[in-house]
Amino acid sequence: MLTLKQLDEIREKTLTAANLDNNRKGTRIVVGMATCGLAAGAQPVYDLFQEAIDKKGLGGVTIAQSGCIGTCSLEPIVDVYVPGKEKITYIQVNPEKAQRIIDEHLAKNQVVSEFTKDLDFTGQERIALRNCGIINPEDINEYIALDGYKAIAKVLNEMTPAELINEIKKSGLRGRGGAGFPTGMKWQFASTSTGQKYVCCNADEGDPGAYMDRSVLEGDPHSVLEAMAIAGYAIGANQGYIYVRAEYPVAIKRLDIAIAQAREAGLLGKNILGTDFEFDIELRLGAGAFVCGEETALMTSIEGKRGEPRPRPPFPAIKGLFAKPTILNNVETWANIPPIILKGADWFAGIGTERSKGTKVFALVGKINNIGLIEVPMGTTMRTVIEKIGGGIANGKKFKAAQTGGPSGGCIPAEKIDTPIEYETLIELGSMMGSGGMIVMDEDNCIVDVARFFLEFTVDESCGKCPPCRIGTKRMLQLLEKICNNEGEESDIEVLENLAKTIKAGALCALGQTAPNPVLSTLRYFRHEYDAHIKEKKCPAGVCKAFMKYVIDKDKCTKCHICAKSCPTNAIIGNPKETHYIDPELCIKCGLCITKCPKKAIEKTNN
Amino acid sequence: MEKVVGVLQKYGCAKENLIQIMLELQKLSGNNCLPKDWVAKVAETLELPLSKVYGVITFYSMFHTEPTGKYFIEVCKSGPCHIAGAENVLHMLEKELGIKPGETTPDGCFTLTKSSCFGACDIAPAIKIGEKVFGNLTKDKLKEIISSCREGL
Repeated sequence: MLTLKQLDEIREKTLTAANLDNNRKGTRIVVGMATCGLAAGAQPVYDLFQEAIDKKGLGGVTIAQSGCIGTCSLEPIVDVYVPGKEKITYIQVNPEKAQRIIDEHLAKNQVVSEFTKDLDFTGQERIALRNCGIINPEDINEYIALDGYKAIAKVLNEMTPAELINEIKKSGLRGRGGAGFPTGMKWQFASTSTGQKYVCCNADEGDPGAYMDRSVLEGDPHSVLEAMAIAGYAIGANQGYIYVRAEYPVAIKRLDIAIAQAREAGLLGKNILGTDFEFDIELRLGAGAFVCGEETALMTSIEGKRGEPRPRPPFPAIKGLFAKPTILNNVETWANIPPIILKGADWFAGIGTERSKGTKVFALVGKINNIGLIEVPMGTTMRTVIEKIGGGIANGKKFKAAQTGGPSGGCIPAEKIDTPIEYETLIELGSMMGSGGMIVMDEDNCIVDVARFFLEFTVDESCGKCPPCRIGTKRMLQLLEKICNNEGEESDIEVLENLAKTIKAGALCALGQTAPNPVLSTLRYFRHEYDAHIKEKKCPAGVCKAFMKYVIDKDKCTKCHICAKSCPTNAIIGNPKETHYIDPELCIKCGLCITKCPKKAIEKTNN
Repeated sequence: MEKVVGVLQKYGCAKENLIQIMLELQKLSGNNCLPKDWVAKVAETLELPLSKVYGVITFYSMFHTEPTGKYFIEVCKSGPCHIAGAENVLHMLEKELGIKPGETTPDGCFTLTKSSCFGACDIAPAIKIGEKVFGNLTKDKLKEIISSCREGL
């Protein structure tokens, strides 16, 4: 069992041993190995560096795998910290590049500048992601070295539970998983009762386009464990559960390792840090049901049942898991807790805006140049996020809308780009913060198709318990499909609006109540696109296939046959050296031929 | 059946661990499914009605009651992948494998499914084969992945 003094010793020792501090004696190599890095081929790169260190005896060089620094499109990323020098970041490293880095940078101290890139984090502030991409998530000592488990030590030794809850309330921290409920309030509700209580972590991140929780779990799992233990002390609970989706194997593996290491170090279990505080955490895996991200459904699922939501009240803080008082926060919320304790509520409350404090992590995806995770102070404008940090729209296209809040959110149009991002402003715009997915769309995306797409998602994921959601969303989807299939009628819009109102008022849980949002927000800002589909019989963005046809321009066609070879349905008729044409019956309008044609002879036109 | 008993004991034969037990059994099954007799054994041991256990395993999309192919291919159907062209990825796979989503190739090698978001939005369009994620997919890359699976048989 660790004591406070030993914790300090580990901190000092690891800073030196892992070359983590700024006065490092040896070189530290960090390879980004989150899901994004691994998918881009980080493992062989890591192995090569490891082999070089082992065989060539590169004295004093240490290597660590890390989570994701956020610039996922540049993975595999390798950071090299040479003593007394600025960090060098190599991007898109493959084994050949790695070999040159070993031969030139590590052996001769010559930076291979053609592979480097200065990552620009201007406008960002990292609180939740503070350790991601920096420490080795599979080594508890590296977390301790960067002030890990210092917050739980402070809380246990210097604060009463009431003081702790007050500190969280004072910080103004609000839930980062969707609705933005004040975290301190939640803790206070659960602290008032006595008896068995639970602390839960919602790691069932299911919103399409959001993966910040995965990134925190893969890059800094101990911050979540430490925060949950802190909450356990605040409300008087000794058991925690992390409900994590089984779709995240890397996150699960790292959580398993982290929990085992924390138990072994006595940072979980009985008599934590020599006090009489006891707290332990278990993992519970989800099995592929989006609705389990809803708090009551999540708890039902931890109990081993069908993950169906139950009515609130009673709220989980009163009657939650196994009918006991329970607090549930999401991963990103948890990751904010230790810094708040260490740096103080006033520091945190000084970041952000009056109503929304601190920072928010966003997953910038879609048609944007810098795809990846960013963490910005609340109140940052959409323009800063999209144009500056995101690097603007890919391929020089025009920004059309940003979808936030996943299937519960809405589309924010280009004319609202100067809106500061806060919980309230997004709701006023008809969207919501959600968990922070931001899907950027350009002029080539059809808004009706996007609305249809999100409804399709909700219909798929509706648990089926309450009729407004089960039947209502299905009916809305049918109407949207009708419109996308060039069969829309003018009365459809009114029916859509009526259904939306009914579902919002009648559905049992947040999944159903917010399901109409993608339709309502697009109707609000892009009514003209719906009208174009219904009245003018065309899809302005050229996406909805029922409105389109593909034709080969005979004058441009050189009869090279490349298009026919690429067609997945053999819809392009004609042998080499013959004029080619497209059979509209067979064509599935996938657009592959357009990308393949060297002469750009194939065109997509409205019917 | 020894495997079932082992897993049940590991989880203390507790009802609330039903989902964890089933996930582990499915992994142990070798063909990514939950055979009838295993499910019956679990229901009996946990003193749950068989209907209730099936109620749970059919609720969650990751459980299968029929064997799936050795390579379980999941095509992400979520927003970012959709925008990046996941539909074409699906078409290419359908053509390459000769099956539709939800089906398994006759040789029991591949199962093709559509999946909810697995958080690989940064490398959209993405697919998952088993626990491995492949992203930024193109036709050539897909072909390469499928043939390396075939070689790995």
